[in-house]
Amino acid sequence: MTGPSAIRTSALLSPALLAIVLLIGAPLGLMAWISLLEKGGTSGVDWSSAPSLANYIRLVWEEDFDGTMIVNTTYLTIFLRSVAQAAVTTILCLVLGLPVALWMAGLSRSNREIMLLVITIPFWTNLLVRNYAWLIILREDGWTAQFVNAVLPFGPVQLLYNDIAVAIGLTYSFLPFMILPIYTVFEKFDWRLVEAAHDLGANRRRALKRVVLPIATSGIVAGCLLVFIPCLGAFVTPALLGGGRTLMLGNIIQMQFGASRNWPFGAALSVVLLSLMLIAMTGMALWRNRRAA
Amino acid sequence: MNPRRFPLTREISIAVLVYLYVPVIVLIAYSFNANRTATVWTHASFDWYSRIVVNPSIQSAATNSLILAVCAATAATLLALMAALGTRRSFFGRGASETILNMPLILPEIVVAVATLLLFVSLGIQLGMGAMILAHTAFCIPFAYLPIRARLEGISGVYEEAAQDLYANRFRTFRRVTMPLLWPGVMAGFTLAFVTSLDDFLTSFFLAGPGTTTLPVYIFSAIRAGITPEINAISAVMLMVSVLLVSLSFFLGRLRR
Repeated sequence: MTGPSAIRTSALLSPALLAIVLLIGAPLGLMAWISLLEKGGTSGVDWSSAPSLANYIRLVWEEDFDGTMIVNTTYLTIFLRSVAQAAVTTILCLVLGLPVALWMAGLSRSNREIMLLVITIPFWTNLLVRNYAWLIILREDGWTAQFVNAVLPFGPVQLLYNDIAVAIGLTYSFLPFMILPIYTVFEKFDWRLVEAAHDLGANRRRALKRVVLPIATSGIVAGCLLVFIPCLGAFVTPALLGGGRTLMLGNIIQMQFGASRNWPFGAALSVVLLSLMLIAMTGMALWRNRRAA
Repeated sequence: MNPRRFPLTREISIAVLVYLYVPVIVLIAYSFNANRTATVWTHASFDWYSRIVVNPSIQSAATNSLILAVCAATAATLLALMAALGTRRSFFGRGASETILNMPLILPEIVVAVATLLLFVSLGIQLGMGAMILAHTAFCIPFAYLPIRARLEGISGVYEEAAQDLYANRFRTFRRVTMPLLWPGVMAGFTLAFVTSLDDFLTSFFLAGPGTTTLPVYIFSAIRAGITPEINAISAVMLMVSVLLVSLSFFLGRLRR
């Protein structure tokens, strides 16, 4: 493509691309550079410090009084908890979301459209508000806690401020991200293949396992990524429902930019979060390619 | 026998719908609770709604949120509309351009937020409304782009060709044919960008300067200070506004082509 149409295309495209590159791409590059610097005075960054990997080393080791390096598990624990929490949420979303996507695909056309709206509405309402609603439901003096404690045979339990509360909130926040990509696959699926499987003697279970699920793989992979990635960096849910006891990566990043005011270390934590996300995406892509081959 | 029916999918789906809507209903119900203690039910009243309407800090936070969402969504929709028209025909680099356009959707929000903070502080850009408008515009672009792009794909080229056969020039064709057909997609895109900006907490949390608190940032600090019936009422208002706007965007997106 050459001449006036190429000029028109770039004139139309460049403002949006520039906005994203300058306001999202450039900051990420700057952040990677700052993660190699040292913490400074008022501005938070010592621009004259020599670049080093000190901030990354600090994630795992700390210097003892006599100068020997000892392993510090504080951050490792938080990394592991974030990955575990994101993995549990992804599995919960898959277990709940796959049947919903399958059920929606079987509805009539107009009912499917309504269900799409019904599923997406909670996703579009404010994340903070959604988590706040769970805060009210799980509160100590709330009806749910009173009911659960009346039913349980052992001593009173607290529903809020633990990993389970965070998992409930995260699953609630990201469930539509799992349902929608899987549903998209089922919507295009030729259901006569299932009839054919039945004609060839497959029962429902076998048809589901051998015909329907393999087709849904691409949607499942996309859904898992769409849930796993935002979960890793979640801030609001652990802050509200974890109550500062079950910190995740997002919370310690915020702490470095807030109270601790150690921006280079916060930048290093953010780079690690981005890398975890890239690893997850590459892993899923490789797995999908291997299945396709 | 419908081949699409699988055992238990119906039961699980109903359970999921209950799970999705119970918090919404609980929150709205509690916002009408007259009791001073946010979670103890006495009787229904509109008290807390009338209190939040006259609360000056909530008023200013709501005004800030609205100014921010209108500016960011308008800018993002304009940029997205141009980009959608630009990516209509295939060309070398179209795939890469679309990846960049959708990049804000996949990056963890907290990372983008702190990185933007670092950039603005390093460049000496003052935090506050201007900084928030810039940042919001960037991450709202894909939310406006996707519905506009979808609508544009559904518009057949024959109308534009007919207009040009009737001697309409390129600009006239765009104004009289393409744009009226594209309008519902543009409105749907604007609405989604608007809701996205209105609901954003993290980016505003880092970039709000003194005196430019937005509603979600206000709600977050209020929750930290303790649960009150006022928070129930503002949360319920935000929830209802989002539900209305998203339903509106949904029906605009599905208008007859």
